[in-house]
Amino acid sequence: MNERTFFPFHGGVHPPEHKNLSSGAPIQRAPLPSRLVVPLLQSIGNRARLLVNVGDKVLKGQCIGVPDGAISVGAHAPTSGVVTAIGPATLAHPSGLTEIAVTIVPDGEDRWIERQAFDWRNANIRAVRDYLRDMGVVGLGGAIFPSHLKITDKGKVHTLIVNGAECEPYITCDDRLMREQAAGILTGAGIVRELMGAERVLIGIEDNKPEAAAAMREAIKTCGFHAEVGVVPTLYPSGAAKQLIKLLTGIEIASGTRSTDHGVQCFNVATLLSIWRAMEFGEPALARAVTLTGHVERPGNYEVLIGTPIDELLPLAGVKPGADGYIYGGPMMGFELPALSVGLSKAGNCVIVRGGDVLPQRPIELPCIRCGNCADACPVELQPMDLYWFARSKRFDKSEDWELFDCIECGACAYVCPSNIRLVDYFRYSKSEIWAEERQNRAAHHARQRHEFRQFREEREKREKAERLAARAAEKHQAAVSSADPADAERAAKIKAAMERAAAKQADAVVEAAAPVAAEAQAALDPEKAERIRAAMEKRAAEKAALEGMSPEEKAAKEAEKQAKIQAAMERAAAKKAEKAAAEAIPEPAPKAEAPALDPEKAERIRVAMQKREEEKARLAAMSPAERAALDAEKAARIAAVKEKAAAMKAAQNENKTE
Amino acid sequence: MTEFIEAILIMAALALLLGGVLGFAAIKYKVDEDPLVDQIDEILPQTQCGQCGYPGCKPYATALAAGEAEINLCVPGGNEGVRKLADLLGKDFMPMGGEAAVEKPKSTAVIDENICIGCTLCLQACPVDAILGSAKHLHTVLQSECTGCELCVAPCPVDCISMQAIPETLTSWKWHYPVIPLKVKQAV
Repeated sequence: MNERTFFPFHGGVHPPEHKNLSSGAPIQRAPLPSRLVVPLLQSIGNRARLLVNVGDKVLKGQCIGVPDGAISVGAHAPTSGVVTAIGPATLAHPSGLTEIAVTIVPDGEDRWIERQAFDWRNANIRAVRDYLRDMGVVGLGGAIFPSHLKITDKGKVHTLIVNGAECEPYITCDDRLMREQAAGILTGAGIVRELMGAERVLIGIEDNKPEAAAAMREAIKTCGFHAEVGVVPTLYPSGAAKQLIKLLTGIEIASGTRSTDHGVQCFNVATLLSIWRAMEFGEPALARAVTLTGHVERPGNYEVLIGTPIDELLPLAGVKPGADGYIYGGPMMGFELPALSVGLSKAGNCVIVRGGDVLPQRPIELPCIRCGNCADACPVELQPMDLYWFARSKRFDKSEDWELFDCIECGACAYVCPSNIRLVDYFRYSKSEIWAEERQNRAAHHARQRHEFRQFREEREKREKAERLAARAAEKHQAAVSSADPADAERAAKIKAAMERAAAKQADAVVEAAAPVAAEAQAALDPEKAERIRAAMEKRAAEKAALEGMSPEEKAAKEAEKQAKIQAAMERAAAKKAEKAAAEAIPEPAPKAEAPALDPEKAERIRVAMQKREEEKARLAAMSPAERAALDAEKAARIAAVKEKAAAMKAAQNENKTE
Repeated sequence: MTEFIEAILIMAALALLLGGVLGFAAIKYKVDEDPLVDQIDEILPQTQCGQCGYPGCKPYATALAAGEAEINLCVPGGNEGVRKLADLLGKDFMPMGGEAAVEKPKSTAVIDENICIGCTLCLQACPVDAILGSAKHLHTVLQSECTGCELCVAPCPVDCISMQAIPETLTSWKWHYPVIPLKVKQAV
């Protein structure tokens, strides 16, 4: 039957297919669920930007999120209804993380928005791409890569591959699509073929789907362009793009290159169908075919609206008791669903209920025995056992050297591993660690740049400030110094004179200000005291004048007189003191009574001082009058000497003043 | 005799030639800065937080290159960073000590806009100019630029800056190291 030669790829495995569980059941339309949880992130890249609010009525096919950037697609309401919630909801993703999703409660009418076909034949390629992006068309084979990015300019691609291989066990949705809608798929392929200017169309189908191959061959007869069905042997992963291209064309896509670099582009059959619906009917990608299989009563295929919660989908197939897990995607590349409330995403081609003898949990991992089976099975010709060791020892640089990023995560190595090592999980772990480190390095590089710029900016600001200050100082200096210019000198002299005048004026003002202050101060004293002070000052002035007018003899006489007066005054004072001491002797007990109030040390000191003074007094009293006179004379002489000195100083001062 | 002189002349000419080439190369390709500093700086996380006791990543790198600092001082770099430094510098791995032994989740600063008084103190503290604002105007942290160094937290006079862990998103999510989940079976 197969007249084409095919070019086998390296490795591959052939796990039990289990496709006949569901392949006999035609695709049925799933009933409207009670609610739809439509995530805004529906492809690789950025999530769509929200367009609706809670409470909005939406129609089927209405855009609820516009694409944000080039790698992003639009999100649409899968049916008419009311938006009841917008917020984070668990995503159908192995992480189990939440993403913003729009919850729509269907009104049951399933009313469409206005639709119109897109005139892709007369539109330029850019408009076509934008249209597909807005229509939310993504690769439905499981990778959800935005389809508009795969439509290349004319002339770059000579071969269009239609991927109907569907190599994963259990899944039969593409098989059913090819059997039931072969014409639509081929029309879609025709559109893409014309857009890209491809010369030939090759349809790759595994030989376990003869009905699908027959249906496609039948449809080719009426499609209006040349296409060929290539039946390839059933060998996982023949449905991987690079492997299918190799199988059908013999072209090996080298590491680091893309299939378009080799003139080949590959589209999944379901994707071509949604491209056709979008172009010819103006229908966005709202639903997809899903296989429900595994440990269920009625395995089958359903056309399900995007966002339908999985727990509302499963009753269609009837989960048998004893189910212990739900796998989203195929058994080789799928993952365990984090929750059953998640809405169906565009990647969800299959839900397998685990339980009974369907996909039992893998036995415990045993040590790697370096048998090399994984390397034999690897379709990309990697050395999984080495990559495994690098992952375990966290030598990610070595992993990269051993081309970890060529791994397509097909799981063939883990399937053949006799030690049940989940090799792909180690590779995914390595990849995400490497990506995380790259992100971190980028962030560090960015931070370094910003930090260095900040340092540069601070330096510059400091320098600029210093320069500004220097410039100002230089200006001032120049203004003061530049006497070379006579006009400037004159001006400088004038300025100086003006400044002096100003200074003098200021001094005057100070004196003037001080005088009234003094007068005021005097006025503030009581008049009697002021009078006495004035009298004393007058007397002193007169005395001074008299002293200046005297001859030396007269001065001496005056001095003697003064001394006598002083002596007399001192004697008077001594007598007064003695009297006082006598008087004090009587009320002595009084301070003693007060003594406890003082602190003892102080009291002691006071007592000692008083004693000393008394002793001195007694000594003075015990002196004979002659002795006392001698003492007094000595004292008087000393006072006289001091006085003479003071007079001389005053005279010198007077002399200075007159000068 | 002539062969002897010839040999000497050839060797001398060669010596001169090579010497000239080496001398030229030494001047032309002179390395101004210690390349080791840059290599170390590449490893450091560039948060510029100063938790190592040096006023930034570059000064710490310089100190490391000069052998004046221990390799386990970089708190944001964590044990992973110490391991890389140990590899590069040919030293033994030494674990982070004290509080730094517990690795904190990566966080960014968030300003409570109800409390901020617009004093600009945090602006001056930020080593990467990640805080936007001016005097008496509300400040805000540019989340994409914040390195989580916490240098802005202390200067704030009204304590309106807090460090908040960055939530995990699909882009930052990582596959965990494969472990086999254990199921506990109830004893009969």
